[in-house]
Amino acid sequence: MMDKPLINIKNLSVGFRSLSGKIMPVLRNVDLSVHCGESIGLVGESGSGKSTLALAAMGYLKRGLQVIDGVVQFEDHSMFTLTRTDLEGVRGGKLALIPQNSGQSLTPTSKIGTQLSEALKLHSSLDATHHKQRVIELLTQVRLPDPEAIFERYPHELSGGQQQRAAIAMALAGEPEALLLDEPTTGLDVTTQAHILELLRELAADTGMAMVYVSHDLGAIARVCDRVMVMYAGEIVLEGTTSQVLKTPIHPYAHGLLASIPKLSDAHLPQALDGRPPVPGDAGAGCAFADRCALVSNVCRKERPVLHRTPNGEHVRCHHFTDIDKMNSTAARSAVLAQTDNLSKAFPILTLGGLSIRYQQKGLLDDLSARLFGAEKILIPTVDDIYLEIRRGETVGLVGESGSGKSTILKSLAGLLSPAAGQVLFDLGSTGQSAPVQLPSVVEARGHDHLRAIQLIFQNPDDSLNPRHTIAEILAQPLTLYFGLTGDALYERSVSILERVRLGAHYLNRLPSQLSGGEKQRVAIARAFAAEPDLILCDEVTSALDVSVQAAVLALLNELKHEKGTTYIFVSHDLAVVKALSDRVAVLYQGRMCELGPSDAVYSYPSHPYTEVLLGAVLEPDPDSAPKLVADDIVELSPPAKGCAFQRRCPRRLGTICDEMVPEWQQGAGQHMIRCHIPLKELITLQKDA
Amino acid sequence: MTETNLHRHSSAFSRLSGVLSDVVSRPSGAIGLFLVIFHIVLALTSPYLVPFDYKEMNASFMLSGPTSTHWLGADHLGRDVLSRTLLGGREALLVTAIATPIAVIWGGFVGILLGLVGGRIDEVLMRIVDAFLSLPWILKMLVLIVTFGTGMFVLIPTLAFFYGIPVIRIARAATHDVVARDFISAARARGHKKMTIIRRELLPNVLDTLMVEGAMRWSWMLLAFSSLSFLGFGVSPPTPDWGLMIADARGFMSFAPVGVIAPVVALSSLIIGINLTADSLAKALGIDRAQKAPV
Repeated sequence: MMDKPLINIKNLSVGFRSLSGKIMPVLRNVDLSVHCGESIGLVGESGSGKSTLALAAMGYLKRGLQVIDGVVQFEDHSMFTLTRTDLEGVRGGKLALIPQNSGQSLTPTSKIGTQLSEALKLHSSLDATHHKQRVIELLTQVRLPDPEAIFERYPHELSGGQQQRAAIAMALAGEPEALLLDEPTTGLDVTTQAHILELLRELAADTGMAMVYVSHDLGAIARVCDRVMVMYAGEIVLEGTTSQVLKTPIHPYAHGLLASIPKLSDAHLPQALDGRPPVPGDAGAGCAFADRCALVSNVCRKERPVLHRTPNGEHVRCHHFTDIDKMNSTAARSAVLAQTDNLSKAFPILTLGGLSIRYQQKGLLDDLSARLFGAEKILIPTVDDIYLEIRRGETVGLVGESGSGKSTILKSLAGLLSPAAGQVLFDLGSTGQSAPVQLPSVVEARGHDHLRAIQLIFQNPDDSLNPRHTIAEILAQPLTLYFGLTGDALYERSVSILERVRLGAHYLNRLPSQLSGGEKQRVAIARAFAAEPDLILCDEVTSALDVSVQAAVLALLNELKHEKGTTYIFVSHDLAVVKALSDRVAVLYQGRMCELGPSDAVYSYPSHPYTEVLLGAVLEPDPDSAPKLVADDIVELSPPAKGCAFQRRCPRRLGTICDEMVPEWQQGAGQHMIRCHIPLKELITLQKDA
Repeated sequence: MTETNLHRHSSAFSRLSGVLSDVVSRPSGAIGLFLVIFHIVLALTSPYLVPFDYKEMNASFMLSGPTSTHWLGADHLGRDVLSRTLLGGREALLVTAIATPIAVIWGGFVGILLGLVGGRIDEVLMRIVDAFLSLPWILKMLVLIVTFGTGMFVLIPTLAFFYGIPVIRIARAATHDVVARDFISAARARGHKKMTIIRRELLPNVLDTLMVEGAMRWSWMLLAFSSLSFLGFGVSPPTPDWGLMIADARGFMSFAPVGVIAPVVALSSLIIGINLTADSLAKALGIDRAQKAPV
């Protein structure tokens, strides 16, 4: 690879001017070169500058940012000195971008075919009469089913994955030499993500395009990239081949980042990376990572390390990269999962008996048509037929893709949604023996004890903490409401709760906007625990957080569970996260339960075909492990009216029996239950063979 | 006073001073705030500053350009333009400064209520609001003024009423935005009473938007007041008013342009000042998301 690089960034520094007039650097002395046919991954946590770097390769900076130093070259063009017209010739043609949310990047009012033809008009020499044919070719190339039909559709008529494919097709229209991908699969379901990544791999192999792939997800990077660059606080801290970086990371930050990712094969919780990255302009004279580093020494705080070249061809910005082996000994400290003893002896705290929830409602017109034509509209419940018994002190994970009804169930248990049918029994446990009572379905009807005993933690702390309340006010709400605390007693309790989530008393006067994402989620957790609840409903509590922060939040939840014996219902789309914390796991598809059992059993064979699909699509941060894609990634918007919920996507479909009859629960070893027409023994052989 | 009450008060105060210092630290905010304060101070002190009585006519200076006696010349009746310009904003500022808070309060109250209640009542009332907004404002106001006559006691309620209607829209939209957020669900799930949720969780978030909206309404109202004066429905002569002065002097614009320019500069500097302040206030409060600092 001695030829001239396609994209060549030299010593690039980018920053913005703060209100006080100081320049705050966002990228610091970054070098990046991408050759033809190469695919490079840029990884790092939010705020590390990875997206800024990728966009700078296009000669684009977000508003307010400016180049401080350095050059960006694409082929022979210096991107930041090109005129607007020349830039337009390069961007979208030879150098294309695929953004994170292509649903927003496609024009909502024009058809997919029209938008792609427009891209051809701008960036290809093809005659206009051949445009349609070429568009169909492109849509076929990105493996969209029925390209002729997609041609005539509007973006909103496509699913998220299909929109992303259409965006890829559009980027391919100009036959680009390099493709920039900015978190292209973030926000997509696991199966969709796995399919898109496979598509990108194949496209790169077929066309010989260079790719720059920006992601926080090391699993995705492992799938598509040859080389990886790890970014931290606007610097490149480690650069090497994918297997070098992911298997034997020699920078302490990369090491910590990898350790913080929950893996399916792990029996313990991921290891948290303490602290937080410096804000722009805050990095001192020394190494930016020094404050969070286990190998820190005096020289780290005084001197900024240079990018060393190792004998293996890696580049690393660390004074102590030769001592990286010492990090492994610290890894042994990872938190051990809190053991929940004697679960089988504990009384059930919550019993769901045939819970059914419906969003859809009969309108005036439906009433009318029912009366006139006798055609009664059948309303299919969003969530149906949920039977689940949760014992005190147990953690039950609910997994499934978006639309699986997992958050809906939590909202209903919290009393925010009224179920259409079914019974919910709840045991306050105050009597010392099993005494379940009916839980009123809406929050307004619940008594003081029930309100206190069930607490909900939301996905996004930016949304669940009132931006106008200080942390003191946020914590005072449950404390005053449930325990009537005021004055000094309130203050003392607030401080002790904050300390339990490892935040100090000095946080009390702060507003949520002055806290980092992880700190905010800790406050949200503290608020829930302030009520001294029996049952905590966790709704995707780590999905809005960076991986290192996620590990810390998981460890905190685990610790509090150990301390308080609280029962959790833990909802997540991330199978590894659920496995890290749960005693039992329930798999949901379209609001119906497919599989339920102890987590070890659910994560091994036999599995419900849907669980099999989900597990197959999990991406491990390991370049040698390939996902097993068994079904396609069609997204269904509503559950089928009858039969098995998974009938339309099932890779192991038997035939009409699946469409006609809801399968019975089959009891496996232990408490493992699978709802499928295929006998368990047969499932085992089928899945072992695959 | 308990510990947490202390916290609350200090936090509200520090937030206010933080927002103010943020406004002042932006060049546009500093200029805007300076202009607004300058005009308010001028309106309060101008009776003691003016070199001439605003009613005093002097035929020998009629339509003269700037002279050493009359720095900005005299109008068609020989009255001193400088004195009249200095005094010309008093009436406008007084009327709009009273009418704006009334408009924001009643419009905000109705808007928040509709946003919370929703359903059919909301639907019907919002269509009435739409119908109101689709009529030209000057027409609606003239109907009321013609019916009830001019004067402060008609102008203030008229302006307050009509300028409260767009506030309904804004307050309702802001309420919808906040109600959909998780911290409201969190408060509901905890079992707080409805009024507590409205007072503690909803209002502080909607008030930011209303504050900015109020500032914008103020500048619109000033324009409306001046337009009414211009048409002869606002301040009655000989009381000086910028709108009226522009109307009187525009016939002589070709040979005595200062007579128009002086009130125009005065009126526009005040409106520009209010708009600049409102813009920076919005940015300081983080309402204008598109304008947020990068990264």
